[in-house]
Amino acid sequence: MKLKLKIWRQKNSDTKGGFHNYTVEATPEMSFLEMLDVLNQQLIEDKEEPVAFEHDCREGICGTCSMVINGQPHGPMALTTTCQLHMRHYKDGDTIVIEPFRANAFPVIKDLVVDRESFDRIIQAGGFVSVSTGQAPDGNSILIEQDVAREAFDAASCIGCGACVAACPNASAMLFTSAKATHLGYLPQGKVEQAKRVRRMVAQMDKEGFGNCSNTYACEAECPKGISVEYIAKMNRDYFSAMVGSED
Amino acid sequence: MSWVSNFLTSSLGKKLIMSLTGLFLIIFLAVHLAGNLQLLAGDDGEAFNVYAHFMTTNGLITFLSYGLYFFILLHIVQGILISLSNRGARKVKYAVSNRKSNSFASRQMMLLGLLVFFFLAVHMGDFWYKMKFTDELSMVTYSGYDYAVKDLYARVDAAFNEWWIVAIYMLGLLALAFHLWHGFQSAFQTLGLNHKKYTPLIDNLGKIYSVLIPIGFAIIPLYFFFVK
Repeated sequence: MKLKLKIWRQKNSDTKGGFHNYTVEATPEMSFLEMLDVLNQQLIEDKEEPVAFEHDCREGICGTCSMVINGQPHGPMALTTTCQLHMRHYKDGDTIVIEPFRANAFPVIKDLVVDRESFDRIIQAGGFVSVSTGQAPDGNSILIEQDVAREAFDAASCIGCGACVAACPNASAMLFTSAKATHLGYLPQGKVEQAKRVRRMVAQMDKEGFGNCSNTYACEAECPKGISVEYIAKMNRDYFSAMVGSED
Repeated sequence: MSWVSNFLTSSLGKKLIMSLTGLFLIIFLAVHLAGNLQLLAGDDGEAFNVYAHFMTTNGLITFLSYGLYFFILLHIVQGILISLSNRGARKVKYAVSNRKSNSFASRQMMLLGLLVFFFLAVHMGDFWYKMKFTDELSMVTYSGYDYAVKDLYARVDAAFNEWWIVAIYMLGLLALAFHLWHGFQSAFQTLGLNHKKYTPLIDNLGKIYSVLIPIGFAIIPLYFFFVK
């Protein structure tokens, strides 16, 4: 199949970018990134600069591939990362517009690559357990109810890709921050620091220049891991009780 | 008390203010509608005028009304500030944007809120201001009462026989319906009240409320314009 691509090209964060048009010959079994690999090979052979895009595992778990395809982060398929999106969902002659994630807190580094270190800093602010847990405990020595384990795991399945920010009309990082701030709080080892964790992570999130949540739930709709906005409510609860209940 | 200002100026604290003031205004709408339905009593305004007199002279109501004005202003100012900072959080816009993943009402809360506010300005200028600060309204004394009350009913009757005032009310109420459509359940989510058992109930209640309350208000001008 022959596709028309309209791709955002930008040399670096200091220069102005713009859309460039390309045509590429793809096959239905290719993944979206493989289609871009074909385009890049073509560009290299034509002695042009290949399109910079991020990728690592290409199996939907690393959260690296970040691009907005025809207005949707990770493209049109639900619960799918860009690397797991296949060209069989497109047809011959389609035009595909590819843009980087857009948010002030995610500045463009080059072409489709954005700087997501703001997420790293939110994790550094509190997304960890600092109590000494010693050696790995024996299985079942700490009893955790199945429902609780599932809730914790569902939140922990966030891959930190940033699609929630990219999809949100306010470029808010609430879905990411809530998943990362609440999953540890469900479990006994993480519960101890939950009040501090949520306060610090929210403070860092605010500092990074993300927008506020207005409950449009675009994040949940576009999240490749199906993280629920219930975790945003859980973080709100944890935050309010941490702010009101703490002694400082 | 620096924790209070830290709390209320954080992104979640600002949203908490929107949520609590919004819920207060949601309750106010139901009370306001209940009072106004007396306009349909068919008694040439006796029940409504006595009620309006009570609402503007009773001490407790006056006290509550100051709270109401404050919460309305807080909700508006905070809402505008939040919306503007949200718009600023994405300086470079998308060339193609997908609108399937969220609702019109949730995206346009500021626009809908401003429409409601402009309606409110017209509405209060016409009734509240004339009732409280001018002598434009004539006085009536009903049998069984030893005091005269302002005939607000006559003003309502006159206003709702102007097609353009009725049109402004219909537009304002339409904007209110959309604003509530998102705002009702959103207020609960912001408070952290999202629960597998109760959230579907809150969602449905919110949708019913956001349709029924504006329809209830809309009946009044339509009744005066078309029936009376």
